[in-house]
Amino acid sequence: MTGPGLADVQRKGPRRLWPGGGSDGREEGARSALIAATSTVVFVGVVSWVVLTSELWPAVQRQFFSWTHFKRSFPDVLSGFWLDVQMFLVAEVLILAIGLVVAMIRALRGPAFLPLRALAVAYIDLIRGVPILLLILLLGFGVPALRLPGVPISALFWGVTALVVSYAAYTAEVYRAGIESVHESQRMSARSIGLTQFEALRHVIVPQAVRNVIPALLNGFVSLQKDVALVYVLGVREGLREADIYNARTFNYTSYVAAAVLFLAVSVPVARFTDWYTERHRRRRQAMSA
Amino acid sequence: MRLRFPAVVLVALALAATACGDDDTSDTTAAAGGGGCAIDQLELVTEGTLTIATGEPAFPPWVEDDDPASKRGFEAAVAYAVAGEMGFSDDQVTWVRTSFDDVIAPGPKDFDFNLQQFSITPDRQEVVDFSDPYYTTTQALVAFAGSEVASVTSVAELAGYRLGASIGSTSFDFIEEVIQPDEDAAVYDSNANAKSALEAGQVDALVFDLPTAYFITAVEIPEATIVGQLVAPEAQADQLGLLFAKGNSLVSCVNAALGTLRADGTLDDLAEQWLAQEGDIPTLSP
Repeated sequence: MTGPGLADVQRKGPRRLWPGGGSDGREEGARSALIAATSTVVFVGVVSWVVLTSELWPAVQRQFFSWTHFKRSFPDVLSGFWLDVQMFLVAEVLILAIGLVVAMIRALRGPAFLPLRALAVAYIDLIRGVPILLLILLLGFGVPALRLPGVPISALFWGVTALVVSYAAYTAEVYRAGIESVHESQRMSARSIGLTQFEALRHVIVPQAVRNVIPALLNGFVSLQKDVALVYVLGVREGLREADIYNARTFNYTSYVAAAVLFLAVSVPVARFTDWYTERHRRRRQAMSA
Repeated sequence: MRLRFPAVVLVALALAATACGDDDTSDTTAAAGGGGCAIDQLELVTEGTLTIATGEPAFPPWVEDDDPASKRGFEAAVAYAVAGEMGFSDDQVTWVRTSFDDVIAPGPKDFDFNLQQFSITPDRQEVVDFSDPYYTTTQALVAFAGSEVASVTSVAELAGYRLGASIGSTSFDFIEEVIQPDEDAAVYDSNANAKSALEAGQVDALVFDLPTAYFITAVEIPEATIVGQLVAPEAQADQLGLLFAKGNSLVSCVNAALGTLRADGTLDDLAEQWLAQEGDIPTLSP
């Protein structure tokens, strides 16, 4: 057989994005790194120059980027942020579990399960249709005010509960997308070898479904890391609220910059992990289909 | 190795902006103009009109019915007294409403001065200018009548209770610095949320300045009572001042007006009229 074949493509490698002399991969890499570095330096330089030479910059710097105020506010913001970390770690575990249960209920087939499915849909629609802040206020101030025996009063408890209830609804839909992305033949094969609906879901479909939607689940986790700050409205002293307190006392906004740095410090690694996982998953699926 | 430039650059830029350039904490206020305090010599936002700002909504007893132009309410009355002393007639005074951020963010303001129970503190004086104080207040403890905390007789006993206050208030500072409770005090954006927390049992007692405490126990939470006034030797008296944009040349003229009102007893009379209430409130000893 003449003409280019698979072996030729594998030897020459993928098509390059820009024309260049030679087939030396190292030269290409070095040039592109140089271009990237130069353009970044120029861009950052221009933006910095425009900002730093503007007339009101000194006043803005004093109020938003003051190192003195950063140091003063940091301990309180950090201890409040630790509360945020604990909240979102605990909440995420519950959200993943409850969301999965709701999604599996919704995935059950057959007329006998209609009431359960309807309940799941009603829960998802209702909770997704309401702002999280509203849920937090209703559960956080409303339930304890009823003074029901045995029911916790703590603002922190009800704040986290409201977050879990809210995010589980969104997460259930993410799982549902994953479940529906698993090919129908998987379900049919599972049923045909004698598994019940539950067993098919549990052993065959859900493991595949979850693997497909891990990036979306991680995305929800990154969103949760910020939304935990909403429990401030119940009086909880979390990180962003400590920044608020400092700002209200001193009229200085640098505490918010401190809080932002902390929030970035947790969400950027998660985002990078998501990228790495997605890439690895993609490569594995390509290998499987080749 | 793939560097994620956007996120890293943003964080680096933020931190570099903090580190580079010195933020001088010493500020020289622009000296008041050598000219006098006649209306046509003043630097006003709007020529010939005194523009005064307050919050939205404005609460009693500081402003009645959310209508400062009615001159009813302590702060409304003080504002018109100062304006009158400076030579403005009542219809030369206009009111605007501001949010908290409108007041403290850098940039030009749309008011000549703002009054909203702002306490004068050194930190805040780096960012805005204050007049001399027009009122000094103490803190008070509010709790449900008959609750355990209502029988407390000294400030030191309060450390074991869960307390709450409004954000940015000297009441909150009092809790943090003087009472130093075992459990972190809760902080609320509004009196409504603080009231909900009290009713939900999430806090045992709330701390407010005395005039606000009167209003809350009289109107908003009638089942609550003022347990006592809170004083402590190390606590700074809570002084309320009129707030100006940094470097505003009006400050000295306004201070002159306030000085006259204080000397002739007007400020005391207005406080008596709007802020004094029946009955003696006990003082919790330190």
